[in-house]
Amino acid sequence: MITLSGVTKAFSCGKPNEFTAVTNVTLEIPPRQVTVFKGPSGSGKTSLLTLIGCMSRPTSGRIQLHGLGVPIPFQEDTAVPLEITGLPERFLTIIRRSIFGFVFQQCNLITGISVLENVMLPAYTSGERLSEVARRALLLLEQFGVARHARQPVELLSGGEAQRVAIARALINNPAIIIADEPTAHLDSKLSQEFMEIVSGLKRDGKSILIASHDPIVFDSGIIDRVVEMRDGTILDDRSVR
Amino acid sequence: MIRTGERQRNILEFALSSLHRRRGRNLSLLAMYVLIIFVLASLLFFVSALKREAALVLHDAPDLIVQRMIAGRQELIPVEYGAEIASIRGVAEVRSRLWGYYFDSWNGANYTVIAHNSPTGTEGGAAIGSGVARSRKVKVGEMFPLRTPGTEPLLLEVKTIFPDSSDLRAADLIIISTADFSRLFNFPVGKVTDLAVTVTNVRELPTVAAKIASLHPDSRPILKSEIQRTYQSIFDWRGGMTLLILLSAVLSFIIFAWDRATGLSAEERKEIGILKSIGWETSDVLLLKFWEGCAISLPAFLLGVILAYGHVFFLSAPLFSQALKGWSILYPRFQLVPVVDISQLLVLFFLTVIPYTTATIIPSWRTATIDPDAAMRS
Amino acid sequence: MILRPSTLALLLISLLVTGFSLTAGFHAMGIHDRWDPASGSEEQLELERKTYLISTIMNYVFPLELLSLILLLYTADELHPLFTGAMCAAGTLAVNPYGYPALLVKIVTALLAGVWLIMNHLDSRAFDYPLIRTKYLFLTLMMPLLVVECVLLFSYFSGIKPDIITSCCGSLFSHDSPTLSGDLISLPPVIMQALFFSAMALALLSGILFYRTGRYGQLFSALAAVTFPVSIASIISFIGLYIYELPSHHCPFCLLQKEYHFIGYFLYVPLFIGAVSGISARVISPFSANPSLRRIVPDTRRYLTLVTIICYLLFTLIATVEMIISPLKL
Ligand SMILES: Nc1ncnc2c1ncn2[C@@H]1O[C@H](COP(=O)(O)OP(=O)(O)OP(=O)(O)O)[C@@H](O)[C@H]1O
Ligand SMILES: [Mg+2]
Repeated sequence: MITLSGVTKAFSCGKPNEFTAVTNVTLEIPPRQVTVFKGPSGSGKTSLLTLIGCMSRPTSGRIQLHGLGVPIPFQEDTAVPLEITGLPERFLTIIRRSIFGFVFQQCNLITGISVLENVMLPAYTSGERLSEVARRALLLLEQFGVARHARQPVELLSGGEAQRVAIARALINNPAIIIADEPTAHLDSKLSQEFMEIVSGLKRDGKSILIASHDPIVFDSGIIDRVVEMRDGTILDDRSVR
Repeated sequence: MIRTGERQRNILEFALSSLHRRRGRNLSLLAMYVLIIFVLASLLFFVSALKREAALVLHDAPDLIVQRMIAGRQELIPVEYGAEIASIRGVAEVRSRLWGYYFDSWNGANYTVIAHNSPTGTEGGAAIGSGVARSRKVKVGEMFPLRTPGTEPLLLEVKTIFPDSSDLRAADLIIISTADFSRLFNFPVGKVTDLAVTVTNVRELPTVAAKIASLHPDSRPILKSEIQRTYQSIFDWRGGMTLLILLSAVLSFIIFAWDRATGLSAEERKEIGILKSIGWETSDVLLLKFWEGCAISLPAFLLGVILAYGHVFFLSAPLFSQALKGWSILYPRFQLVPVVDISQLLVLFFLTVIPYTTATIIPSWRTATIDPDAAMRS
Repeated sequence: MILRPSTLALLLISLLVTGFSLTAGFHAMGIHDRWDPASGSEEQLELERKTYLISTIMNYVFPLELLSLILLLYTADELHPLFTGAMCAAGTLAVNPYGYPALLVKIVTALLAGVWLIMNHLDSRAFDYPLIRTKYLFLTLMMPLLVVECVLLFSYFSGIKPDIITSCCGSLFSHDSPTLSGDLISLPPVIMQALFFSAMALALLSGILFYRTGRYGQLFSALAAVTFPVSIASIISFIGLYIYELPSHHCPFCLLQKEYHFIGYFLYVPLFIGAVSGISARVISPFSANPSLRRIVPDTRRYLTLVTIICYLLFTLIATVEMIISPLKL
């Protein structure tokens, strides 16, 4: 479970162009559910997800992770919730790497290297043997039906294939939580449907999934558990759809 | 907690693949880098090899040479001085030396002419250096003329040609008999060029030198160690000046490297953003940059040094020989003895790799601290 | 002034190191003053980014200091023919009053930089930057030393003129010289040998004791620190004699030369590493009061102790072997 209390993110603090992207958000996100953040452009969905995903730190407020089920190297007692707000970047990264998987609006694959290498990239820095990582990566590519492209450079992939490679990359470290920001923005409706299929599969595997989207295909889909509606950095509505 | 070795390996692997991906750009950097190292290394190797040669040449020079000075200029010294010096206590032997320079107006070269009464130095015969033989196009047994102050040129028969060797001096030598020497230069009788003094105990050299100076106030005793030191200083100075000039080249290379490291392409910036967003940390990116730097610097260093080694010790440094070897045009082909020691490599490393690395530290840090959420916002 | 590639390289490196360290020190002061872990402000984020810059710079400066120390000794050795009476590095360094101070300051900065890096490493393993103020204060205090080093090196090389009669290792380290080094070797070698072997034995014993039981850590560090100068004095006093096989050649530098198979490096490098880790073990011990370092500090101390034990053992072993195989008997 993830709990946020009074989380605020401001940019250019103390300058005339100060801007508060997320204002005083208090929220609980239960595990093993699909939670969708919806709202108009600029409402702070991406900002909120980067805060949860340990990519940036809130200006004020606290974010805690509970019951991770994964050992975090520096955490002495896994039963206490892990406060991520004041951690140095080094530790935020360790958490991000072992707990979160990210799917971006653009696929954000690195061009010039092969599909397989792209999928393996998040695991390079954790000190695992690359042959072991490659084995896992191939299994994932297999699972998403893109295994035959493994040795190809990524620029040759179609949009849907690239998306699936990006999902495989998000899963390489076997994270408990998947964060997807506008994952269907560049997909046509058929591919978007396929994406939701994959999400439902991940949910079945016991992963928590957070999606920011204003695509009806996403938030009208049957597998969604909760919808959080945002506007101007605050939460308007937070309801369960089950 | 993290298996460090494996992490280093993985990041190194990625660094190599990144360099490979941008090989066009990186090869041009590598080429400049190699060139800089090559030039500097050639200079260092060449100067130190020359210094060694000079030291070898001086090794069998006499401990003490006595010249005569009149009005601040070197003059010929009377032979009687030799006898008087020989009677100083501690002096083992005094040898009179006759030698001089011969300017060959035919090809603009300077020869060193030495009088020596040895088997090769019989009257009318000469032993010559390979440089002289080449410039005069003579072989053993052939005759060649030298101008004299009189009307008749001096005709000499080549008895021996010193082989091409590493000896700097040998190339421009002409050794002839004392009689021929007097004729060639119309040399005054009873005078010699200088006196070579050997002492029984080297520790007494300064004392002997002082005694000679007081015996003949117009004489100038010169110790071998003084000559050695002077030689070293001259080479140091010339080498240092050249190095200073070359350092400006290093500087422009550094500015180039700095500029490239700062002006990261948008694509590269995006890549780092992606890496950071998927779980790479600032120090991982710094490590990536470090390995990238190593993967450029080490091959450049090795290649530059190897090329310089070949240039100096196999090709005899055609790039510098004119500038550094001295006045004579007679040293076209001599082989330096290949010697490279660790301190030279260390100096070279300090003058090239370290400045390069330094120039890339701050740009690398800037790249590495790109916000991880940048990838979400592109 | 001597214009040589090696002196140019040394001066260049000294400028780089000083310039860079001053940058690091400047940022360190800023961090020391404005650090606020509770804040999520952009200023705090920027400061955090700067900690990476400082670590990178220091990680770079430390090996450079060590390498330039080696080059300094090399250069001093290489220059000795230029000075009448100088027979090796010892004489060259004595041609003007800046040589030895420059060397000394360089050794001290290298030692301190090593201690700093260990502290920095420790801090990076805890999740709340427990040492941030301490380590940056330490770094700021090191800055003047680096500037002094640079000034001394420049004064040394610019004041150097070939052909000055200097004392060389023969007279500088000979019995009648009134300096400290002279006093050192006028002690009978037997006393010095006894001192060296007992200091080494005590340091190693206390180290092993601390490693096994976790007690007497402070004693060990104190002994390790004392053993460092004692060992250097022993090199001058008697170890060197065995290596040179000359009963009166008391020089700490000649043994870095090729004639003696670079044996000096095999002595000085372990000695130096051992001293850095032994001293660091003491320096970091109060940090175990920090909750986030409670478990890390004792582990690190044990590890550092092990490093010191191995390094000092190596040093003693090499020195003893040299003494045994040398034909010289004192
Ligand atoms: N680094 C920044 N500096 C200043 N303002 C920023 C920064 N990042 C985001 N913002 C502002 O914060 C607000 C929220 O942005 P955010 O990307 O979270 O919105 P969003 O809900 O994801 O919008 P969209 O649906 O278009 O992706 C925007 O108005 C944006 O301009
Ligand atoms: Mg967005």
